Amino acid sequence: MSNWIVAHLWLIPALPLAASLLILSLTNARRPLAAGLAIAGQVLALILSLGAFWPTLSTPGYRLFHNFTWFTFGEQTLRLGFVIDPLAAVMLVMITFVSLCIFVFSVGYMAADKNFGRFFAYLSFFSAAMLGVVIANSLLLLFICWELVGLASYLLIGFWIHKPSAAAAAKKAFITTRIGDIGFFLGMLWLYGRSGTLLFYDGGNGALENAGLLSLGAVATAIALLIFCGAAGKSGQFPLHVWLPDAMEGPTPVSALIHAATMVAAGVFLVARVYPIFSLGAIGGVTTSLTVVVWIGVITALISALIALAQADIKRILAYSTVSQLGLMMVSLGVGGVAAGIMHLLAHGFFKALLFLGSGSVIHGCHEEQDIRRMGGLRGVMPVTFLTYAVGMMALSGVPLFFAGAWTKEEILHATSLWSVSRVPHYLMLAGVVLTALYMTRQMIYVFFGRRRAAAEHAHESPAVMTWPLVVLALCAIALSVVLTPAWPWLHDFLLGEKAAVDLGSLIQPGLYVAFVLVALGIGLGVFFYRGAGEVDPLERAAPPLFRFLANRMWLDELYDWTILAVARFAARLADFLDRYFWDGLVRLIGGLGQLVGSLTKGFDERGINAGVNDATGVVRGLGRLVSVRHSGQVQTYLGVIAVGLLALLLFYAWLT
Amino acid sequence: MSPTLATFLIVSAALFCVGLLAALSRRHAIFILIGIEMMLAAAGLNFIAFWRFAPQPTPPTGVMVTIFAIAIAAAEAAVGLALVIAVYRHYHTSNVDQMDQLKG
Repeated sequence: MSNWIVAHLWLIPALPLAASLLILSLTNARRPLAAGLAIAGQVLALILSLGAFWPTLSTPGYRLFHNFTWFTFGEQTLRLGFVIDPLAAVMLVMITFVSLCIFVFSVGYMAADKNFGRFFAYLSFFSAAMLGVVIANSLLLLFICWELVGLASYLLIGFWIHKPSAAAAAKKAFITTRIGDIGFFLGMLWLYGRSGTLLFYDGGNGALENAGLLSLGAVATAIALLIFCGAAGKSGQFPLHVWLPDAMEGPTPVSALIHAATMVAAGVFLVARVYPIFSLGAIGGVTTSLTVVVWIGVITALISALIALAQADIKRILAYSTVSQLGLMMVSLGVGGVAAGIMHLLAHGFFKALLFLGSGSVIHGCHEEQDIRRMGGLRGVMPVTFLTYAVGMMALSGVPLFFAGAWTKEEILHATSLWSVSRVPHYLMLAGVVLTALYMTRQMIYVFFGRRRAAAEHAHESPAVMTWPLVVLALCAIALSVVLTPAWPWLHDFLLGEKAAVDLGSLIQPGLYVAFVLVALGIGLGVFFYRGAGEVDPLERAAPPLFRFLANRMWLDELYDWTILAVARFAARLADFLDRYFWDGLVRLIGGLGQLVGSLTKGFDERGINAGVNDATGVVRGLGRLVSVRHSGQVQTYLGVIAVGLLALLLFYAWLT
Repeated sequence: MSPTLATFLIVSAALFCVGLLAALSRRHAIFILIGIEMMLAAAGLNFIAFWRFAPQPTPPTGVMVTIFAIAIAAAEAAVGLALVIAVYRHYHTSNVDQMDQLKG
C-alpha cells in the first residue's frame, strides 16, 4: 500500500489539475458542474493525502521517494522525483483539507460572479501547484511548481480584472515574488553546479544527503541565502513583503488560500525542506544563513505587526498578521526550531483560513464593505461568523489551552529563548505576541462589538454553504491543539521522527506562563484602548503622526517608489532615450547604407545587365515576328503548302530514281 | 477494248486533283469536306484497281481496305459536319477564311 502511494504521489496534484482543465473546457453556464468538479478533485486529493499520511504514522523517520528520469542530455540525466515524509505528509493533509473548506465556502461567496467556473478552475490549479511543491523530491520540480503557484496567484489576485487596482496588485505580486525567484534560480543552478544533482533524497546521493552536502562545502551559505531570497519573496518576508497586503484585491477565498494553505506556506516549507543546506556546518545550531533568516524574520514580524495596528481594511489587518506570523515561522526555522515552525505553519493554515473566510463572510454580510470603522455590533446579526471568528482570533493571538496557535507560538518562543547568538529576537517576539493580541482585539471590537455603524445596518448572516466551512475550520483549530501541547508533543516529535511521550511536567515552565501573561496583556490593552472606539481610531487621536506612519505602511511602498522604482524608471527612460536616438540612429544609418548599396546595384543592374539582356531578347523577338507572319491560321494555305511540298518531294524522288 | 490499269490510275489521279483543287480553293467548309471525300474516293479507286490487276486469285485485300476506308470516311464526314455546324453557331459563318484562330 505505502509503495503504491509513493509511486502514485503525482496523482495528488494531478487530480485537482485535471479538474481545473476540465472546468476550463466547460461553458460558463455549467456552474454546479464546475464547482462539483473542483470539490471532487480536492476530495480525492484529500483521500490520497490521508492515504499517504497513514503509513508515515507507523514508522518514526519514515521517508520514501520515487525518482524518475525526465530527460537525458549527453552524459547527464536530469531526474525528478516525489518524496513522502512527515513534513510533506502533514502539509498535504493540511493543504487539501483547508483548500476543500475554502472551495466549499467559495460556492457561496462567488455565487453572484459571472466567471464562477473560471474561478474554480484557477482555485483547483492553485491547489494543484502547491501540492506539487510539497511532494517534489527535486529542487527543479519544486521550482516548476513554485512558479506555477506564482502564476496561479497572479490569475487569482487579478481575478476581478476590471478593477485596475486588482490588475496592479496581481502584477505587483508576480513581479515582487519574481525578484526573489531570481535568487532561488541562481541558488538552484549553483547547487547543481556543485553537487551535480537537484534531487533532495536519492539513496545517499541526493543534494540533502551526505554526499551532496559534502560537495557544497563553504558555498552552502551563499546557496542557502539565494534560496532564501525565493522563500522570502513567496512568504512575504521583509523587504519583499509589499505584495502580500495588496493581494487582498482578489476575492476573499483567494486571500484565504494564499494566506493559509498555498502561496505563503511555500516559502516556509522550502526553507524547512532544504534545511540541511542552511544548517550545514552549524556550530551550536548557528550558521550565517540561519542568522540572516532569523533577523529577516524578526524585522518582518515586528514591522507588519505594528502596521496591522493601524489598518482599517479588515482583510489588510489579516494580511499584515499573516506577514507577521510568517516572520515568526522564519525566526523559528532560523533558531533551529524546525518542527515548531512547521507546526505553527500548519496551525496557522487552519486558523488563518478560518479568519479569512470569516472576514469574507463579514464582507459578504455587509454588502462588500471592508472598512472595519464602518462595521460594528455584528455579534448579534452574524452569530456563527462571530463565534468562529472568535475562535480564529484566539488561536491567532495565542489564548492558551484550547487553541492551536497558543502552543505552537509558545514552542517558537521557547526555541528563540534557547538561541545562543542573541536574546534580542526572543524579546522582540514577546513584544510581537502582545501586538498580535492587541491588533486582533482591536479588529474584533471594531467588527463585532459596539454600536452598529453605517455598513452594519443591513448586515445579514451568510448562507450555510459559507458558515459550515467556518465551523469545520474552527473545530479543527481547536482539535489541533490536542496534538500540539507540550504535554503530549505528538506532532512535534512526529515531524522530527521521534516517538511522542506524555510529559505533563512540561506544562509547568516559566516561559509558557510569560507568553500567556503577555497574551492576556495584549487582549486587556486592546479592550482598554478600543472599548467604545468610534470612527476615529484611538491611536489616531492619541498620536496622529505615529498613526499616519503606520496606516501608510511605514511608507515602505513610497520608499520603494522613490528609490528602487525611481531607479527603474530612470533606467527605463534612459533605455527609451538610447533606443529612440542612439540605437534608432544607428539602425537608420545602417539602413541608409543598405539603401545606398541597393541603388548602386540597381543602376548597374538596369544599365549594364538589363540592357544586354534586352538587346538579346530584341533579336529573338524580331526573328519570331518574321516567322509568325507565315502563321496566318488559314487552313487552306497550310493545305496548299502541304500539297506543294508533297509534290516537290515526289518530283525529287522521281528525279533521284 | 478493255480498260487497263493506266486508265484507272489516270481517272483516279484526275479525281484526286479535282478533290485537292476543291479543298484548296473553295471557301465554304462543306465544299472543302466534299473535296476531301473526293480525294479519299480517288485513293479507294487506286486500291481497287491495283487489286483487280494483280495476278489472280488474290485475297480481296484491296476491296476490304476500301470498304473500311468508306466506313471511316462516313464517320469522318459525320464528325466534320458536326464541327462545321458547331463552328457556324459560334462564328455565324462557314467561311474558312474567317476561321483563323484556335481560341473561340
